[in-house]
Amino acid sequence: MQSQLPLYPEEASNFAPHVDGLMIYLTSVCVFFAAGITIAIVYFFFKYHRKSANEIGTPIEGDSRLEATWIIIPLILALCTFSWGAVIYVDYRHTPPDTLDIYVIGKQWMWKAQQPNGLKEINELHVPVNRNIRLTLASEDVIHDFYVPAFRVKMDVVPGHYNTMWFRPTKPGRYHFFCSQYCGTNHAIMGGWVIVMEPTDYAAWLSGSAGGEANPVAAGEKLFSERACITCHLANGTGRAPSLNGVYGAQVLLADGTTVTADEAYIRESILQPNAKIVAGYQPLMPTFQGQLTEEQILALTAYIKSLQSQPVPAKGAGIAPPTGKK
Amino acid sequence: MSATLTSPELKLPRDHYLNATYGIRSWLLTTDHKRIALLYLISVTFFFFIGGIFATLIRIHLLTPSGALVSPETYNKLFTMHGVAMIFFFLIPSIPAILGNFLIPIMIGAKDLAFPKINLLSWYIYVVGGCFVLYSFSTGGLDTGWTFYTPLSSVYSNSAVTPAVIGIFINGFSSILTGLNFIVTVHTMRAPGMTWFRLPLFVWAHYATSLVMILGTPVVAITLLLAGLERMFHLGFFNPAMGGDPILFQHLFWFYSHPAVYIMILPSMGVISEIIPTFARKPIFGYHFIAGSSIAIAVIGFLVWAHHMFVTGESTYAALTFSFLSYLVAIPSAVKVFNWTATLYKGSISWDAPMLYALGFIGLFTIGGLTGLFLACLGLDIHIHDTYFVIAHFHYIMVGGAVMGYVGGIHFWWPKITGKLYPEVLSRVAAVTLFVGFNLTFFPQFILGYLGMPRRYHSYPPEFQVLNVLSTAGASVLALGYLLPMIYLTWSMRYGKVAGPNPWPATGLEWKTDSPPPTENFHVTPQVDWEPYDYNNRPDLGLAAGQPLAPAHGDD
Amino acid sequence: MHRTGELFGQFETLEQQKESAQLGMWVFLVTEVLFFGGLFLTYAVNRHLYFAAFGISGNMLDLRYGATNTVVLIASSFTMAMSVWAAQTSRKKLLPICLILTLLLGGVFLGIKYIEYKQKFDHHLIPGHSFDLTYHVNHPQPGDDPKELAAEREEIENAARHEDPFQPENGLIALNAHSQLYFSLYFGMTGLHALHMVVGAGLLIWVIRESLKGRFSAAYNTPIEIVGLYWHFVDVVWIYLFALLYLINRHAV
Repeated sequence: MQSQLPLYPEEASNFAPHVDGLMIYLTSVCVFFAAGITIAIVYFFFKYHRKSANEIGTPIEGDSRLEATWIIIPLILALCTFSWGAVIYVDYRHTPPDTLDIYVIGKQWMWKAQQPNGLKEINELHVPVNRNIRLTLASEDVIHDFYVPAFRVKMDVVPGHYNTMWFRPTKPGRYHFFCSQYCGTNHAIMGGWVIVMEPTDYAAWLSGSAGGEANPVAAGEKLFSERACITCHLANGTGRAPSLNGVYGAQVLLADGTTVTADEAYIRESILQPNAKIVAGYQPLMPTFQGQLTEEQILALTAYIKSLQSQPVPAKGAGIAPPTGKK
Repeated sequence: MSATLTSPELKLPRDHYLNATYGIRSWLLTTDHKRIALLYLISVTFFFFIGGIFATLIRIHLLTPSGALVSPETYNKLFTMHGVAMIFFFLIPSIPAILGNFLIPIMIGAKDLAFPKINLLSWYIYVVGGCFVLYSFSTGGLDTGWTFYTPLSSVYSNSAVTPAVIGIFINGFSSILTGLNFIVTVHTMRAPGMTWFRLPLFVWAHYATSLVMILGTPVVAITLLLAGLERMFHLGFFNPAMGGDPILFQHLFWFYSHPAVYIMILPSMGVISEIIPTFARKPIFGYHFIAGSSIAIAVIGFLVWAHHMFVTGESTYAALTFSFLSYLVAIPSAVKVFNWTATLYKGSISWDAPMLYALGFIGLFTIGGLTGLFLACLGLDIHIHDTYFVIAHFHYIMVGGAVMGYVGGIHFWWPKITGKLYPEVLSRVAAVTLFVGFNLTFFPQFILGYLGMPRRYHSYPPEFQVLNVLSTAGASVLALGYLLPMIYLTWSMRYGKVAGPNPWPATGLEWKTDSPPPTENFHVTPQVDWEPYDYNNRPDLGLAAGQPLAPAHGDD
Repeated sequence: MHRTGELFGQFETLEQQKESAQLGMWVFLVTEVLFFGGLFLTYAVNRHLYFAAFGISGNMLDLRYGATNTVVLIASSFTMAMSVWAAQTSRKKLLPICLILTLLLGGVFLGIKYIEYKQKFDHHLIPGHSFDLTYHVNHPQPGDDPKELAAEREEIENAARHEDPFQPENGLIALNAHSQLYFSLYFGMTGLHALHMVVGAGLLIWVIRESLKGRFSAAYNTPIEIVGLYWHFVDVVWIYLFALLYLINRHAV
């Protein structure tokens, strides 16, 4: 990695070295001109400091040739910069034909991606290294933007439009991606990780045989966080979804007035068909995880939720029915 | 240092515009452009405070990665309201409505603007617009970003969007009427002998600004109106769920909002073009080129708006065109910077506060302008669009540029407006403090941006913390740089030394009348037969060898 | 109020005052062009995107009312020009007559506009919850021509089939949404125009009152001239609106 105070992100895509090269070139040109102006001003400031109270300066109206020079030279430099940037941009906007296509949907405030074989992920994007990747971007609500600093690429995600972007990852690793078009309350935490893998690892991941943790509760806890369950199911009951503390085995009050026991089947159904039973006082906001979790993973999540039995139940926001004397 | 020759004891003129009539009605119903300028000074400074408080809260909040101060909802409202207050109610009116209103008639030798009552009306419209926006701020706030992108603003936001949009819509007419007034005034009210190429460059700058005001503002007015109607009546212009197009909003919005940044910077450049020749005591280098570059910036500035939309998926051809034109619009600004620098060559340079502000402007505007080249560059913009790089760029221009020019202009013309001088040493300290504080605050943000920190983020990954802390630390110095002038300028109104008509001395027509000026500006209509900034041929300034100096600028 | 013809304090000469007033009105009209321009652009973009919906909606406007209004406004511009001539040639009796005629014609325009808007209301064409493009064909009124209605119904059904390429079964919903866009723009543009006419009427009332006092003559007639400029502008805007809203893609039944 870089020193204590890095000046640029890792270069992890085909575009990154070109963008950085252009950056260095333009910075040099600008430093040259800025330094030139600064030195001239500081020099004149001291050299021509007023020496007596009624001194005036030497009148010089102008010099057309000088004006022409400092119009034409910046113009040439501007055109060079424009051209170099244009070349990179045209390449970026012209997707090559042999891409691996992934669909990405942005919505307030999370990302869903669908791999070519239909495998879905939330707030993560697994891609193989050294392949051209094309993302097709769609929005379910407002304008978002998919931005990967280490790749030096971004593209707006506009409702009513499909936008595409492409890149070729060149280095395995985990890289931030951010939402980069203001989209409301949680714009700042609507990000995730792009995980670039060796082709064999990617293939293995794609077919769902990534090695799991030995301890299902720990695995479940990890999933609970990674799949963003925790963003809505806040433990203290103040989230958009009920707290899961103490829910396993309890009677849950539903929106239609009935109650149901929160057993393994209920938990499984809530994950795969969240709109089947809505807890009283909550909106049907939860997305389905059908096709996104293996059976092993659902079991791990269930084990984790069971472990929350012994956590303090918040006074408000657990969805648990008040005791009625009946069982 | 400045003068050490003794000068005759000076007194304020007996009758001037400030004491001509008394009472609140004489101010609230005034048609005197000078009094209207002061009315604007009060209301614009008020909104500067509002925007400044929001900025302070933002920087404090960003001290820690998870946000130190407020909830995400509140943070989003803070940056939105900071932008709305600063752009529409401070930056756009500041120099034109205060310095422009005060000085343009006097600079051209007229008694007032062409339409004094419309001038007063423009102030009232500003106040009404401001009231709507303040109402929005205090009843739910505004969390859409100052750019009001749809459908977030027209459908999804739960904040007080409608009154804010109405307020900005109304305020737009204040801008339009000011621009209209200036254009007609410059065309028809110049004193005998005041030809176009004898006009001060301040007037040229405001003429160019007024062209932008009258052509651009109506478009944003109708755009915000449509967005407001969409929100109120569930219409579908910009909402894809009803067949509308969010990108259409962006085109309409930026068609004004890009030229708007030239409304903010051109007047400031006009101020610099007045200060530099005065404090170098020689004509400005390349007068015609500076005048022409103002017009060029105004015209080309209308052709570059979609450089804000390079990553929206707009066509590659459009992007190439707008990038190319954006490079063209940089050239006239560069011409100005070169000409100002060349003016210093073989000048007689005084180190007074206005000059320090002007030189600070050149430094900061140069950095801001050069970083614009990074954003105009298509290949780079893909990476730095919507990051802190953009924030740093526009603050360098708007604060480092426009605000420094504004504060410098206030200092330059303060003796004319109030008849008083301010403390010399303190004013120089303030200028340097502002320059240093500004760089400390905003330079780290260029790096933050290139590292990938997006803008409008209430929390950020921990690796960005060091630069954020540096930025906030710098902001405390910057705040000091703003507070100092407010204190000593206010102090000087009562305790400052009397300035006399021409303390610097400067060559403009405004310096040939009393400080403060009489209500009708001149006791006798001036006849102009001299070229601007012509220190060599102005014996009346008292600078010829052996002549006593025109009244000196003294220390406190 | 001041007496007209007096030199205002900020001016040096009457000539300067007159020049300023004229230039001021021209600059103001330029801002108005840009103001309407945003709406025109939005209309153009949406007409391009939703050609079918805009075609059907445009044909729902009553051409007779629109054409009459155009003639009325052009006539009012003529009487306005006559007023300016009367003022410039000191015809102090003719001046108020021409101005009053202009005002009356403007009133006729607004009256016809009211009738048109009422018709839209009756046909459920006001954008909002009860907007329904098919209301008129489904609820014929006594005076309607059944052949016309049948043709309209067919046109709507044809367009609805293609209106939503992704979900064809939602075609009618999409057609309603896009037609609602048309009518939003129709009311927005003609409404803004009508508002400008009301302002113009107010200006006319002002100069009529002054002209009845005999204030205007060859020596001083600037207010008539600049009101005239404004009125002509409002007329020109209508001509563009008429062409864009009523005439494009107009077809016989």
